[in-house]
Amino acid sequence: MAEYEKPLPRQADPALTQPFWDAAKRHELILPRCFQCSRHFWYPRQACPHCLSPDWEWTKASGRGRLHTYTIVRQPQNPAFNDDVPYAYAMVQLNEGVRMISNLVDVEVPDGVRIDMELEVTFEDVTEEWTLPRFRPAS
Amino acid sequence: MSIRGKAAIVGFSELPTLRQYGERSTTGLLAEVARGAIRDAGMRKDDIDGVINREDVNSLELCEALGITPRYTSSMTVHGASGAASILTAAMAVASGVASNVLCMLGQSRPASATRLEAGAGARGGGGPANILTEWEAPFGTVVAANGGYGMIKARHMHEFGTTQEQFAKCAVDQRFNALKNENGLWKDPITIDDVLNSRFVNDPLHLLECVMPCSGANAVIVTSAERARALPNPPVYILGVGGPATSHSVVWQNESITTTPVVQSAPVALQMAEYSARDIEFAQFYDCYTILAMMCLEDAGICAKGEIGAFYESTDTTYAGEFPINTDGGQISAGQPGGGAGGFRHVVEATRQVMGRAGERQVKKGDLCLVNG
Repeated sequence: MAEYEKPLPRQADPALTQPFWDAAKRHELILPRCFQCSRHFWYPRQACPHCLSPDWEWTKASGRGRLHTYTIVRQPQNPAFNDDVPYAYAMVQLNEGVRMISNLVDVEVPDGVRIDMELEVTFEDVTEEWTLPRFRPAS
Repeated sequence: MSIRGKAAIVGFSELPTLRQYGERSTTGLLAEVARGAIRDAGMRKDDIDGVINREDVNSLELCEALGITPRYTSSMTVHGASGAASILTAAMAVASGVASNVLCMLGQSRPASATRLEAGAGARGGGGPANILTEWEAPFGTVVAANGGYGMIKARHMHEFGTTQEQFAKCAVDQRFNALKNENGLWKDPITIDDVLNSRFVNDPLHLLECVMPCSGANAVIVTSAERARALPNPPVYILGVGGPATSHSVVWQNESITTTPVVQSAPVALQMAEYSARDIEFAQFYDCYTILAMMCLEDAGICAKGEIGAFYESTDTTYAGEFPINTDGGQISAGQPGGGAGGFRHVVEATRQVMGRAGERQVKKGDLCLVNG
């Protein structure tokens, strides 16, 4: 595998978020869900942002959602992405009610991109250690 | 307790907005506008007993540099809204008697090497201390500066409400018209709607001419009590109502509705305190890092119905000469966004200038009641 020069996820609190990345490596999408109020939330944090309960668990997500919005990147913050432009930087509304930033794949950019299009998760093993969730048009 | 009308802005000072101020320091720029505002208010340095700035510079160090020993000092932490928030805080300090005469000042002298890429190369590029950006955004190729978030917000606004590119462009064109009469502004050439539409996408659907240019500059105002204000040389600009600072999220995907701004909470509070409705407002100075933000905030303040800001701009002359003037100094998009929060503070300074009747060629016709959003 060629050396991967783009930024990999850098964790502020690995103990908190490592289960997500371990699951991604297994090509599974998991989300935090609160025991107290039963709602999912994203990003992972110590307490549920809806009710402040510290009691939550990782649950398997459907991996399906809609494109809430997007922007077509022409000037990435990190020059390691320069060869990829234009690409779609996407805000995905998951069926569990949370939103996540990712990229669109298997779609023509920009002409094939439509807000509210149905999406499903797919995983890219970018290095031996790291796998990133991306989204493609739902089958 | 309402603080309606208990405090007033009585003086201001603004340095021209430039890309760079050479070797001059941020503290040096702040000292110059502090001196200018104090003099403009008809005061002396020793009259100042309250000092408010933004967190970029420790306020105690700034007071020491200026030779001011304040009874009250604080640094605002609400990013671009810090200037407007300083007015809210100064009005509270004056109304409560904690301080008598409060100096609010913001500014930055950007280093010559500063570019957007370098300035933002931290978390959005995956560098700096690990945080939610380095983990949940940077791996996916975040856009330079805040362009990504506002590009996504604009795309969603166009989708939900049918707002058109031409309508966004009208906002930029009107503001540029205003900037042509602003001797302190950055951009000096007129633009047309086609110029905006033909400017490159920084990232689709956001055009270059809808975005701010990070600059250098500084500005300051003096807030005092209504009683003292009446004995000072300038016409007092009474602070009738304040609301906020409603916080927003550091990453836009956390907002429940990305096309709704915190102004839906702050504007009703400010208007209720002022005992006016949005319909009474004569002109507006609204934070405009991008056309989309100023336009959404105007909707959320009730200047028009939600989702109708595109049609509002299409049918309304928002220049200083028009029926509802907005960002009469050109706003940040056309007059420039001096760092350290001075970009947001320019809206307060221009509102002050207009209400005092000191806006010269760009003086609005009806300039008594202004709504400012930082």
